[in-house]
Amino acid sequence: MTTPTSAPFQFIGCVELRQALDHRARDERELLDRLEDAPAGSIFYHTHGYFLRHRPITTAYGNDFAAWVASHVRDQVLAERLAVINPFEMDSLEELREELMSVVHDHLLRLSTIPRVEFGDAFHFQQSHIVEVPLGPAVTTLLEFRAGLADVDASAIYFHMVEARARLGRRSGDFAEWIRTSLQLPALAERLERIDAYMTSLERVRARALALVDAELEEATA
Amino acid sequence: MIAIDDYRRVAPPGVVDMLLRLAEKVRGRRLLHISGGRFGGGSAEILHTLVPMMIDLGVDAAWEITGGDPGFYTTATSLRAALDGAERVLADEALAHYVEMNRVNAKKLALDADLVIVHDVQPATLVEHRGPGSRWVWGCHFDASRAQRRAWTFLRPWINQYDAAIFSLPRFGRRLSIPRYVIAPSIDPLSEKNRDLTTREVTTILRGLGLTQDRPILLQVAPFTAAEDPLGVINAYRLVKKHYNVRLVLAGTSETDRPGVEMLAELREAARHDPDITVLELPPDAHLQINALQRAATIVLQKSVHEAFGLGAVEAMWKGKPVVGGFAGGLTQQIIYDVTGYTVHSVEGAAFRLRHLLNNPELIARMGAAGREHVRRSFLVTRHLTDYMALLIHVTR
Repeated sequence: MTTPTSAPFQFIGCVELRQALDHRARDERELLDRLEDAPAGSIFYHTHGYFLRHRPITTAYGNDFAAWVASHVRDQVLAERLAVINPFEMDSLEELREELMSVVHDHLLRLSTIPRVEFGDAFHFQQSHIVEVPLGPAVTTLLEFRAGLADVDASAIYFHMVEARARLGRRSGDFAEWIRTSLQLPALAERLERIDAYMTSLERVRARALALVDAELEEATA
Repeated sequence: MIAIDDYRRVAPPGVVDMLLRLAEKVRGRRLLHISGGRFGGGSAEILHTLVPMMIDLGVDAAWEITGGDPGFYTTATSLRAALDGAERVLADEALAHYVEMNRVNAKKLALDADLVIVHDVQPATLVEHRGPGSRWVWGCHFDASRAQRRAWTFLRPWINQYDAAIFSLPRFGRRLSIPRYVIAPSIDPLSEKNRDLTTREVTTILRGLGLTQDRPILLQVAPFTAAEDPLGVINAYRLVKKHYNVRLVLAGTSETDRPGVEMLAELREAARHDPDITVLELPPDAHLQINALQRAATIVLQKSVHEAFGLGAVEAMWKGKPVVGGFAGGLTQQIIYDVTGYTVHSVEGAAFRLRHLLNNPELIARMGAAGREHVRRSFLVTRHLTDYMALLIHVTR
């Protein structure tokens, strides 16, 4: 716990620069069409990126598509079906895209008329560019990691647990990977990997990670 | 002089440290803002805050302005109005003169920077004088989605010479051959309009305006124009007044054109028959008075029917007030429905939500607190500055 590893961990916070795309949907049929041809980065932005932007107020919908269908199309059934899709359960953004399209397609088959947006806005697809920002000194022990995790900007939780997994291909997340490979603590790594980041705030994810690390530290000193 | 460290007590934890780290990343890169003037609202108002903050962070930032003769200003104003959707006559000679005046401006200004952000219409054509190696971004602070076709056809080739454009909302932009970034406007929490006021200060300022706080105050701060629907606000208040003994305060500036004069006369006529309606015509720099009014209000209305981004709802939420806003412009982004207030489509909808809130005072407190937190995270100048730093890093990488 207190022996420094030779491979230190650097916390990285992030800020996102949003970019508007030319894709937009004015009803659910167009939403299906645009979901098919939108860049993968846009699917990521409207699903995983939701967690970076919606702190600390978690709203009733887990992604931008569900939120738009609920508040602008006013189709609660499709909103509920889209909201329940957990992006963290998908192996890739293409799998997530397929799931979203499948839900919208199945819903449209059951409708006799497609609801249009009469009093709301069209859905404008966006994507984001992440600017990485190293935060604080690198840490070399679990104790230092704990102190860093407690203080670091919440965007670092997003970067290491969401961005790393979904967009950068580091499927375990950076915290679990470092703890497994550098600190040789596979059981703690597995517990960190299992934290459910869906439909919660980054602060709650931080609190859960801290609780797991604290339990490990207490066990080691007992 | 406000320093970057002063924002630690109002911004979310960690944000100022993040800004300091971002500043380290851009060290050695020069950022130049160019706008049409140093006074008034829009880009000038926020640049007065943003540029000193950047300099305080150690960023090599500067701000230049363009100038011209009366013909230049007239054409730039007409072009801006036409791009905002109004009908204007744009003569070829006037547009050529506008371009020519910016050629004169280009000779006077030091345009050398790693990133040049040109704000709004007046300096827009300066882009033809860009030097090699620098990146140029056009910042659009209005809704260009309904631009008059002739105006957009004139401006689009200029805008496409930039490396990127910035819009306040995705739907405010038009199709361009360059990337369109989205950066929402912000408020400065330490400015006269938004800084904390003591109860005594609020009471004194309200007394100066001839108002008392003897019962709940419904407030709308907005220009007295049809777009802000002050008459709709009075009708909503009348529906509420049947059940609640409240005051209505309409505070704003009036237009000098005929529709503006007629609107003000109608509002005054309504107020003449109801002593609980107060129409306050304020000068554009009445920041402290607006601050006090928003703090004294029980519920704030922003019942616009056509709005650009606007920041009235954000200002009110920063003061812990729930907002009932129209379903227009940036209000749907600012107000989180049922969390920080309500967006409504009609006079009846506004009245219903006002009654709902007045009947549930605990909801007023809860939504007010949620609204302040929402603004802290999403609409403070610290977030705006973070976005500009991200832009500087991204486009000059």
